[in-house]
Amino acid sequence: MKYVDEFRDGALARNLSERLHAEVDPARSYQFMEFCGGHTHALARHGVVDLLPANVRMVHGPGCPVCVLPIGRIDMAIRLALGQGVVLCTYGDVMRVPASGGLSLLRAKARGADVRMVYSPADALQVARDLPQREVVFLAIGFETTTPPTALVLRQAASEAIGNFSVLCCHVLTPSAITHVLQSPEVAQYGTLPLDGFVGPAHVSIVIGSAPYEPFARAWRKPVVISGFEPLDMMQSILMLVRQVNTGRAEVENQFTRAVSRGGNRAAQAVMDAVFEVRESFEWRGLGEVAHSALRIRPSFAALDAERRHGLQYQAVPDHKQCECGAILRGVRQPTDCKLFGTVCTPENPMGSCMVSSEGSCAAHYTYGRWRDIPVLAQ
Amino acid sequence: MSKASYLRPIDFRHGVVDMNHGAGGRVGAQLVQELFGRAFDNDYLRQGNDAALLPPLPAGYRLVMATDAHVISPLFFPGGDIGSLSVHGTVNDVAMLGAAPLYLSASFVLEEGFPLGDLQRIVVSMARASRDCAVPVVTGDTKVVERGKGDGVFISTTGVGMVPLGRSIGGACALPGDIVLLSGSIGEHGVAVLSQRASLQFGTAIVSDSAALHTLVAALLAAVPEGSVHVLRDPTRGGLATTLNEIAQQSGVGMVLEESAIPVLPEVAGACEMLGLDPLYIANEGKMVVVVAPVAAPAALQALRAHPLGLRAAQIGVVTKDTRRFVQMTTGLGGRRVVDWLSGEPLPRIC
Repeated sequence: MKYVDEFRDGALARNLSERLHAEVDPARSYQFMEFCGGHTHALARHGVVDLLPANVRMVHGPGCPVCVLPIGRIDMAIRLALGQGVVLCTYGDVMRVPASGGLSLLRAKARGADVRMVYSPADALQVARDLPQREVVFLAIGFETTTPPTALVLRQAASEAIGNFSVLCCHVLTPSAITHVLQSPEVAQYGTLPLDGFVGPAHVSIVIGSAPYEPFARAWRKPVVISGFEPLDMMQSILMLVRQVNTGRAEVENQFTRAVSRGGNRAAQAVMDAVFEVRESFEWRGLGEVAHSALRIRPSFAALDAERRHGLQYQAVPDHKQCECGAILRGVRQPTDCKLFGTVCTPENPMGSCMVSSEGSCAAHYTYGRWRDIPVLAQ
Repeated sequence: MSKASYLRPIDFRHGVVDMNHGAGGRVGAQLVQELFGRAFDNDYLRQGNDAALLPPLPAGYRLVMATDAHVISPLFFPGGDIGSLSVHGTVNDVAMLGAAPLYLSASFVLEEGFPLGDLQRIVVSMARASRDCAVPVVTGDTKVVERGKGDGVFISTTGVGMVPLGRSIGGACALPGDIVLLSGSIGEHGVAVLSQRASLQFGTAIVSDSAALHTLVAALLAAVPEGSVHVLRDPTRGGLATTLNEIAQQSGVGMVLEESAIPVLPEVAGACEMLGLDPLYIANEGKMVVVVAPVAAPAALQALRAHPLGLRAAQIGVVTKDTRRFVQMTTGLGGRRVVDWLSGEPLPRIC
């Protein structure tokens, strides 16, 4: 397929692999965190890890929007759908996230809640137009990639004066999450997670640009290479990171030049700024409360804010005691370190959020990589 | 003056299904006669009983039976409809044991308010599919449920076929060293159906691959020594990945696939990229997986490619000895990964 096959070419991959093997310093190891769930998925789905030198280790980061959504937020949506009878629209992956009381949006649906999967917030707005007698709520999640469409729909709903639509806003911000990982005790104090650099977000960076990564690349002396989501993009980005480490540089470099500029998408930023403001603090699953890490709907759009409109109160809910999602999201542990992984926690019955979305590190390892954990007897 | 019949003809243009059609009275009898009876007409139906009396099997054969419920939404999609699908799906299930399908039964659950014109379209299409396969519908039933308790039409079909004594083709028969063949490109049915969803309409020329595979099976089995085809299975719900995992599980073997060898139409690949789906997990209704002894693989592949339904057949992998029963794949990039079971439901109701 045009514009996809070119970025998955086996011969080019072998070239990049040879160059990586030639350029890594055998005397040291390299640990790079890929922030995005999309990168985690691509690494696993295309078997990129097999082409990397043994001393290059990829650490999965917290950039899976479904994985970082705390239980309390899903509970709010379920209360709306089951208790208040609203039509709850959201993205497909969110429907399976485990919430309190053994529920998920999918299970709430089986109990009679009107929960609908949409591909776009514009579809949710259309549901509100089609059902003027019902309250329709869009559960909005995601990083800066999915935020502009939500902003546009809020603006549209306001201009059409649609009276039965609101948004439960759970949009989160990438730069504050990366900063949080760098400030985590494992990285900052104990050195148990020696990160040598970051594979920077692809689609998020199209919106926010490459400039927001510059402060922490400088402050923490960590190289960042913004990378596309295709496997060859990732291999080239890893090579760029290896070269930065080898030459002692810590810069923001852009591998994804076909889509990302330094300033990003100004129009998208403007519409986000018009509709949203930064929350003082927001709970992330696995990371806990993170200051200035999420967005809230501005008071001028209060009628469209589901939290205000339906008087919702956020209640934090702790994860399962043995669930290691928090440490896995910070890159401190690997999926196989978790006692629940592959025993009681599987893609069919996820306990923790990393097992829910195909972009979660646990689901990616379970689905694509678990054969590595088990010696294959014969072929 | 005598009348041809003291019945007002059914108004297929404006009429809808109502509870009377399922009440067992004159209206129901008229629907059975004027629509189902006329469309499916054959000697067995004309017996007019609640069951069909069938001729004895030839010596040296035994019976094969399969059943399938069809609840697809939307009912009409590019390349077919629930009627033709309900014939192809069941004929294929019978054929996957290496059997010749002989007869079908059909039972319809109709929702009150469903347009009779749409029902007619479905029944006519179903009858055409049954005639094209030369597998008659020999008995049937119709029930009506209240509005809101069905989704237009549900169709259950059961197929009966015959297979020579001693032929053993089945999911548990794959052996390490066997070759895995695929009869054509994957993902067309699921993407064609998906493209018609009200919430997701996107412009595409993709047509469902819905087809009856029994003649392809017959051509394949005629081309290789008896006993060399070990498994036949049509990768419907859950797609190729799920079907191969089922075979690995049942046979207690592993598999290693070659990603670049699996045929996928560019339009299907494009739609899947856009929607975040993997063609390996998308349903097919006119493709089959063939697990064959290595010595017979070239002849099997040639026989598939010589048939109109197998033009793009390909060798996609090998069966391995693996007690963990992993289906693995060498990716186009050159890495290795697991091809796992389908988890959850990517698309609602596609067959």
